Amino acid sequence: MQPKPPSNPGRRKFLIAATSIVGAGAVIGAAIPFLAAFNPSERAKAAGAPAKVDISKLGKGEMMIVEWRGIPIYIIRHTEQSLLILNRNLSRLSDPNSEENQQPDYAKNPNRSIREDVVVLEAVCTHLSCAPKFYPESGTTNFDSDWQGGFFCPCHGSKFDLIGRVYSGVPAPTNLSIPPHYYESEHVLVIGEDGEIT
Amino acid sequence: MFTKLLNWVDDRFPFTDTWERHLSKYPAPIGQNFWYLAGVLMVVVLVIQLISGIWLLMSYEATVEEAFASIQYIMRDVDYGWIIRYMHTTGSSMFFLLIYLHMFRGLLYGSYQKPRELLWILGWFTYIILVAEGFTGYVLPWGQMSFWAAQVIMSLFGSIPFIGEELLTWIRGDYMISGITLGRLFAFHVVLLPLALIAVVFVHIIALHEVGSNNPEGIDVKKHVDEDGVPLDTVPFFPYDVMKDIFAIGVFLIIFCFIIFFFPDGGGYLIEYVNYEEANNLITPEHIVPAWYYTPYYAMLRAITFPIGPLTAKFLGFVIMTAGMVIIAFVPWLDRSPVKSIRYKGMYSKLALCGLVVSFFVLGYLGMIRPNPLRTALAQVFTALYFAYFLLMPFYTKYEKCKTVPDRIKLQ
Repeated sequence: MQPKPPSNPGRRKFLIAATSIVGAGAVIGAAIPFLAAFNPSERAKAAGAPAKVDISKLGKGEMMIVEWRGIPIYIIRHTEQSLLILNRNLSRLSDPNSEENQQPDYAKNPNRSIREDVVVLEAVCTHLSCAPKFYPESGTTNFDSDWQGGFFCPCHGSKFDLIGRVYSGVPAPTNLSIPPHYYESEHVLVIGEDGEIT
Repeated sequence: MFTKLLNWVDDRFPFTDTWERHLSKYPAPIGQNFWYLAGVLMVVVLVIQLISGIWLLMSYEATVEEAFASIQYIMRDVDYGWIIRYMHTTGSSMFFLLIYLHMFRGLLYGSYQKPRELLWILGWFTYIILVAEGFTGYVLPWGQMSFWAAQVIMSLFGSIPFIGEELLTWIRGDYMISGITLGRLFAFHVVLLPLALIAVVFVHIIALHEVGSNNPEGIDVKKHVDEDGVPLDTVPFFPYDVMKDIFAIGVFLIIFCFIIFFFPDGGGYLIEYVNYEEANNLITPEHIVPAWYYTPYYAMLRAITFPIGPLTAKFLGFVIMTAGMVIIAFVPWLDRSPVKSIRYKGMYSKLALCGLVVSFFVLGYLGMIRPNPLRTALAQVFTALYFAYFLLMPFYTKYEKCKTVPDRIKLQ
């Protein structure tokens, strides 16, 4: 036996539409906890708190690696020599004046740093996020015939100078990021927070 | 007694009917050759992966502290743990080898053509799920290659304009790959993706049995049927196909065991040496490469070194790599040829298919080695060749001269 057609098709249609809309709303609502659970948890956020670093033992021409939010952070102290040659390769850089927003304003200067001799970089290649390797010596290397010291990414061959400015013609599109940071005292560097504006 | 039981079941569940329809009496075309073995072998590998995976799961721990050590524990302290793990690692490479052979077979004999379009799409889904399964599983041992492969591949999402960075943090659940990321990849690898894979494989087989298997001649066997409606150029699956398949499975398992026992890391291609070192988020290994089965697409990703307008090279590389996988799904609508099999297609189709195979191998090789300007240029050329196979298909299949397909399958 066939069921009888509804006596009021308009009302039937309205009820189907209304139920579908409410149902869709319920699906969206139910999806929220599942989607939100993918966000960084409170523990991950707490672990991402600023990192304090004592840089008193960082010698000239040396680099130290610290962790902030799990990201490797390179801290390099220049030598007189490396400061001098910093601007020798400017024509080969794609953003020598740090125009791209890859650093806090206080690091948007020729040395990309607060202090002239110490530079703080996120060691995350702006291409596909490998950690570039530190090649401080200038001269000929197996990836560059006129190397002025800097970083070379082993994954896809991106090149950066000593203060993280990207060379042109490499896969990485922008300079290395500079994390927010400030000096709490002569030797204590805080990474992950902008200092108070003075 | 047995007949009575069977009747009792059949009154309540279509057991005999299902059994005959899908197994014992399924009509398999005659003349199927070597290329038709990959499918059944993949079913075997799927079972191997499920069983070995369940056993690995008993001892593996998905935490940053324990993941790497628990793999070593499985390898050294669990009785026969090493063989179970080698089954799983070898199985994953075999799965990809077989699915690439299976896909090539489809292209070779036009197995995607009407009425098998949906069958092809379902198969494509199993490939995509397998890609995700391989990637998530690769991260679990938490070695250096696991970590940095995850870092590189996930960072691709960061290249999507506007939403990239937030999306990336949401996917990782952290500011860098971490234990949180490991946890979710683990859940996907052992629950979500296997369930999806089994479901899609099941539907793929149902679809296959609805439209029937193709054959190397590309002849529609349903045109000539006997008085029972069974196509004349077919044999029942049991015993004819079963015997052939059992023989093939035997040969396959001999090769499989040889790898497990004598060559488990496959010279660094099945298990990469860098992955014997625990993950370190501060140091990238000297040379990172994905597993061999992704290298053709990885080479495409690296081949894009130039931005176009506001789109970065990185994002374009991501798009091209994804497109390289997605375009495969559209083949049923790109092929305009009146014939199915390459045996009756014209010269252009043969050349194009050769071009595809060559570009796939060259890209696969380029994806494994370090890039330099010459290699990048080569990768660009072969990426173009890869896409040419697909994008030019509507033209070369339409304008070439095909041979006439015979009416019936003739065996030599």
